[in-house]
Amino acid sequence: MDTVTRRKFLIASGVVGGAALVAGAGAYTLHDVLATADHPSAGPGDRTLVLVTLYGGNDGLATVIPYADRAYHDARADLAYDAAEVLRLDDRTGLNPGLKGLKALYDRKQLAIVRGVGYPRPDRSHFRSMDIWQTANPVRPAGTGWLGRWLDHAGRDPRSAISLEPVLPPVLAGATCAGAAVPLGGVSVPKAVTAADLRALGAAADGEPELQARAAACFADLLSVDQLVTEALDADDDDDPDHGDDPATGTGGAQATLKAQFDLVAACVEAGVMTRVFSVSQGGFDFHAGEKTGQEIQLKTVDAAVSGFLDRMGRTERGRKVVVVVYSEFGRRVRANSSDGTDHGTASDVLIAGAPVAGGRLIGDQPSLTDLDDGDLKFHTDFRDVYAAVLTDVLGADPGPVLDGWRGRLDGLLLST
Amino acid sequence: MADRKLAAHLLRRATFGPTAAEIDAAAARDHGDVVAGLVFPKGADPVAPLPVFAADPYFGRTGMLSREQRAQARRAARDQLTHLAEGWLARMVRADHQLAEKLVFFWHGHWATSAQKVNSATLMAGQLATFRAHGRGDFALLAKAMLRDPALIFWLDGQRNTARGPNENLARELMELFTLGVGAYTEKDVKAAARALTGWTLDRDQGTAVFQPKRHAAGEHAVLDGTARDADSLADLLLRQHAHPVFLASRLWFRFGSGAPLPDATRDRMVAAYGSGRDVSAMLGTLLTDDQFEASGGQLVKQPVEWAVGALRQLGVAPTGKVAATVLNAIRRMGQVPLRPPSVGGWPAGTAWLTTSSLQVRMRAAAALGAALPDATADLLARGDAAARVDAIGRLLAVDAWTGRTRAALTGAAARPQRLVTLALISPEYAVH
Repeated sequence: MDTVTRRKFLIASGVVGGAALVAGAGAYTLHDVLATADHPSAGPGDRTLVLVTLYGGNDGLATVIPYADRAYHDARADLAYDAAEVLRLDDRTGLNPGLKGLKALYDRKQLAIVRGVGYPRPDRSHFRSMDIWQTANPVRPAGTGWLGRWLDHAGRDPRSAISLEPVLPPVLAGATCAGAAVPLGGVSVPKAVTAADLRALGAAADGEPELQARAAACFADLLSVDQLVTEALDADDDDDPDHGDDPATGTGGAQATLKAQFDLVAACVEAGVMTRVFSVSQGGFDFHAGEKTGQEIQLKTVDAAVSGFLDRMGRTERGRKVVVVVYSEFGRRVRANSSDGTDHGTASDVLIAGAPVAGGRLIGDQPSLTDLDDGDLKFHTDFRDVYAAVLTDVLGADPGPVLDGWRGRLDGLLLST
Repeated sequence: MADRKLAAHLLRRATFGPTAAEIDAAAARDHGDVVAGLVFPKGADPVAPLPVFAADPYFGRTGMLSREQRAQARRAARDQLTHLAEGWLARMVRADHQLAEKLVFFWHGHWATSAQKVNSATLMAGQLATFRAHGRGDFALLAKAMLRDPALIFWLDGQRNTARGPNENLARELMELFTLGVGAYTEKDVKAAARALTGWTLDRDQGTAVFQPKRHAAGEHAVLDGTARDADSLADLLLRQHAHPVFLASRLWFRFGSGAPLPDATRDRMVAAYGSGRDVSAMLGTLLTDDQFEASGGQLVKQPVEWAVGALRQLGVAPTGKVAATVLNAIRRMGQVPLRPPSVGGWPAGTAWLTTSSLQVRMRAAAALGAALPDATADLLARGDAAARVDAIGRLLAVDAWTGRTRAALTGAAARPQRLVTLALISPEYAVH
């Protein structure tokens, strides 16, 4: 298994500059947060997005499998799954056997699979392609992420979009503000440091370098995030004793599993925090060798985390407004390499799950396995069409300014409210 | 004679954190001589070498071992890797040739190979030795050595790349991340370069890279504007590209200069200094004496390793025993553990390190460092009134000036050296350089 984990991929290319990250949240209480979240203008607007990034280039053909296609078996030989192995969706397509929970969601019509998603002139570099998906700009490097720009337009409060990764992904960096990176373990401060110290060191100082100002702002963010998270977790304990022992606080940030990230999202949603966008991730999908076993293990962890989360979400009204979107920077080459792995490819599937999803459907055809673009699948749906649908129907936002005037949109992905 | 502020700026960037005495000494000398002394240090560094591991307990031997032996070997490999990482951190603290050591760390983030997959202290230590031997001077020697480096080959599946079944992983990252940068090549070039690299495989018992002619795709493979038949001719071809010195200059700039784009004039001077001899030292020396570099104070965020190793050096805390384990654990939690970069792209830079999570870890590590303060340092910080103590900790940590905000916070803690140190280490002023 190629453990080039992309989980902590971030800004390595310098694509997201310091100017994008001048966030500075004041201190709010949970009471303030709830007041905004339960605003009377509830409509599509009070749905919540959980964006799941799979770093490393998840193999779409090993996730949503065209098991009846002869060309698939010809190209994949030992890597291919046959009809008896897959979880059948129809007489041509099946899910990877590791995705039992997602199959149940599909059967309950709460999972839609958009096929053949990509962008023109696909880039097969992990970093460049992930930049493209996160900035939603396939043409040139951009300084902001698409959800960061949404944040710019949606009130500029860092707590509207939070990342449960140890470092903030570019997708949440806007031009005038950025989402907050929330530590999974909750906030802990050593005895030598008092709350008064935090407030003092978090004050802005005239004329200091921008990065130094950003370092100071972390202190202020820490105080407000602390309030948000601890109150969310306290509320979780009160409301749902079954989840009181959840490992939401038990796993260290850098090593956090996808499930631990989802546990905190669940606690926040149930507590009714103001956060509208959660970013979670899992790395380890770059299988240049020994793919079949490794991929199945990876997908099982995704499956357990996503389906467990949505099962829990089904129990509350707020939870039933949560939409999970799963994507990766690209799929893999159609033909297996001789190491029983696959090299970097192009078009792949985007999974959209949750009660508000018009699910139980495959959207768009499987791209041809014989009519290829230099050995790779030809995409037919631009990923910005999916983003536009998410912005409109999940976040209740106008996709125009966020997606640089992009006009495409995948209609009917979400149930109307 | 250079001014003290410039000397401090230079040493903050070119070392793992200068002591006050080092800054005083540099400020008393000619600035050009100081840079030359950093870039071309004389003689061998007397600092203790990294540990050498006689036998590799795990790498490549799993097939021969029972389940229990495998688990034991895995544990032994993990212990060796921890031992190596701690040894390297101690070396960063103690090395006289600070810039040479920092370059080894730079290359580790550039040819970013992780023990996560390689799982062998022998191979990881071997790669570090290659950085040490070839990390200065002619880059071609480094590139060719790396294409034979067993850790890199294994990390990027080079041993699975054969004439009959190409695996493009190493070829792609060689062009994208190690020599040229994105956009300077096409998919066709990746495929052809992968063929030029075929034939290299691993002797897993010896932990060495071996060339097997039978697995090599013979012939000339068309890459970019030329052809390559093997790893060396591919390296020569890539390093001849105009994009190469420009790419390397900006990698060095982002690491030693600023997070802002490399100014054209500075880039041109660096590329000229690199020259046809591909002299990395000359390129870096040019960067460090450039007026744009001199104006770049405060434009880089200290990476966790720089932050922690710098604090150990400046406070005089010995990087051994419990402290070493605490520091290693802290930088792991901040997201940067030596020998385990997160991906082949290396570690992030800039604001990526300035998050609420990493602040929390920094606070705990700072408190641990404050508690481990040697008597001499504690005594130094117990002299005079509060204002004198706040100045003293600033001088100790090579902070040019405290803002009013931080000065007020430190003044409130000045009565207790450990608390003073803790707050100074987590201050916004100490987070950047």
